[in-house]
Amino acid sequence: MLNKLRRELESTGSLSLDLISGIGAVFVFLILTLRYSGTSFQRFSLTIREIFYSGVLSLIIILVSGLFVGMVLGLQGYETLQTYGSSESVGVLVALSLTRELGPVVSALLFASRAGSAITAEIGLMKATEQLSAMEMMAINPIARVVGPRFWGGVISMPILTAMFIGTGVLGGYIIAVLLIGVDSGAFWSQMNAAVDVSHDVFNGLLKSFVFGLAICSIATYQGYSAAPTAEGVSGATTRTVVSSSLAVLALDLVLTAFMLKG
Amino acid sequence: MEPDAAVEISGLNFRYGDRAILKGINMRIPRGSIVAIMGQSGCGKTTLLRLIGGQLQPTEGRLVVEGQDMKAISSDALYKLRRRMGMLFQFGALFTDLTVFENVAFQMREHTDLPESLIRDLTLLKLEAVGLRGVRDKMPSELSGGMARRVALARAIALDPMIMMYDEPFTGLDPILMGVIAQLIRDLNSALGTTSIIVTHDVQESLRLVDYVYFVSQGVIVAEGTPDEIRASKLPYVHQFVWGEMDGPVPFHYPASSMQQLLTGNSLHSR
Repeated sequence: MLNKLRRELESTGSLSLDLISGIGAVFVFLILTLRYSGTSFQRFSLTIREIFYSGVLSLIIILVSGLFVGMVLGLQGYETLQTYGSSESVGVLVALSLTRELGPVVSALLFASRAGSAITAEIGLMKATEQLSAMEMMAINPIARVVGPRFWGGVISMPILTAMFIGTGVLGGYIIAVLLIGVDSGAFWSQMNAAVDVSHDVFNGLLKSFVFGLAICSIATYQGYSAAPTAEGVSGATTRTVVSSSLAVLALDLVLTAFMLKG
Repeated sequence: MEPDAAVEISGLNFRYGDRAILKGINMRIPRGSIVAIMGQSGCGKTTLLRLIGGQLQPTEGRLVVEGQDMKAISSDALYKLRRRMGMLFQFGALFTDLTVFENVAFQMREHTDLPESLIRDLTLLKLEAVGLRGVRDKMPSELSGGMARRVALARAIALDPMIMMYDEPFTGLDPILMGVIAQLIRDLNSALGTTSIIVTHDVQESLRLVDYVYFVSQGVIVAEGTPDEIRASKLPYVHQFVWGEMDGPVPFHYPASSMQQLLTGNSLHSR
């Protein structure tokens, strides 16, 4: 009995230590990435290429998801608000839900699955096929040349994708509430205009997405760079990127929301 | 270190954790020579190459490359030194997102301010040297293994290195390509005075090519000499390796319990 308890405690302790050292390793890697970020800005064409791969190629999933999320919000919002006779406030509900929470969080989760996993797989495969070693032997720092542009490409893309997600989401809500159900268009837009505060709602939402972008890109690049150089190692790292990034986004969202509401 | 040595190693030990990979290595590679490091797979040859390239640090001992002590070298000095080194990786390690041309031009673009027209001419010259100017616009995925190795060689010599390291350059190549790569290594050596270090287990091709051979077994140098001395060696390990014999000091079987015991069911616990 005592032995079993001891084993349980040891296993819990070991898991906690692994978690803490894992977070520490990501932070150390983030600091290294920031230290060698000069190349990403001096040769901005490298970063633009990554903005294309992480940002532009994620547009379809972001825009389509944003549209559907907005439509569902429109339907649910109308259904609920109608009970209280304030169905014209559906625009406010859609816009606030999207700018404060759903926009940053859902677009970050989609970004982690679409672009984060791709970044990890690409860097991991470059490591497995010795491309990173080859670069080192050519006196080129792979963190500056490979990791930096991918990191910044993702960080820059994330808030832009979130803004687009929110935009299409509002459009989705408009299509459902105004065009299909028949809520007054003027009321829809004017109430939204009056209730949504640019600095408190829009800016905070985009700030959240910037932080989520930092977290996802740090985890994705770290997992790729530290992946075991085998097929199994790269696939494991890709999975870890999606799981860890998603959990990090949700945990960070709680912390940021708490601070923003207090402010 | 004597002035004409490109690489000098004395009393070098290297360990991964508690596992000793290289033990008491002594080596001297004269400038402008072609030296082979031979041995079985997993004997520590590639580790030795990575130590010379500064990708790993020796645990103990002295390793001097082009006058630089690799144990005390700063990151900046190491990067400066690597600009004068080239390495051909076993599977080429071409950048899969760049064309053949861009792969070869990569170092020139990263390390020099040469005008685009000159980079183009130099890149085409390097590709011409390996006979692959015609594939300049192809992607690495469109090349055969041998072609990828030749493009990787063109990329490695892009900045005319003083030391070239080859990791298993002949593995998986047909006899014609083997001859082509060997000739390229020889030409590079005579044209540029490059010091070449070849890690290989392809004995016959290498003995025709190199000036000196080191044999490594289980992390220790067990024999060294000129190709003629190696061919004439009576040391059992070298003899077995050079003539490809199944029986000798290197066992064919990985240690295991006897087959008889396994079949009679007496070794279930020792499998």
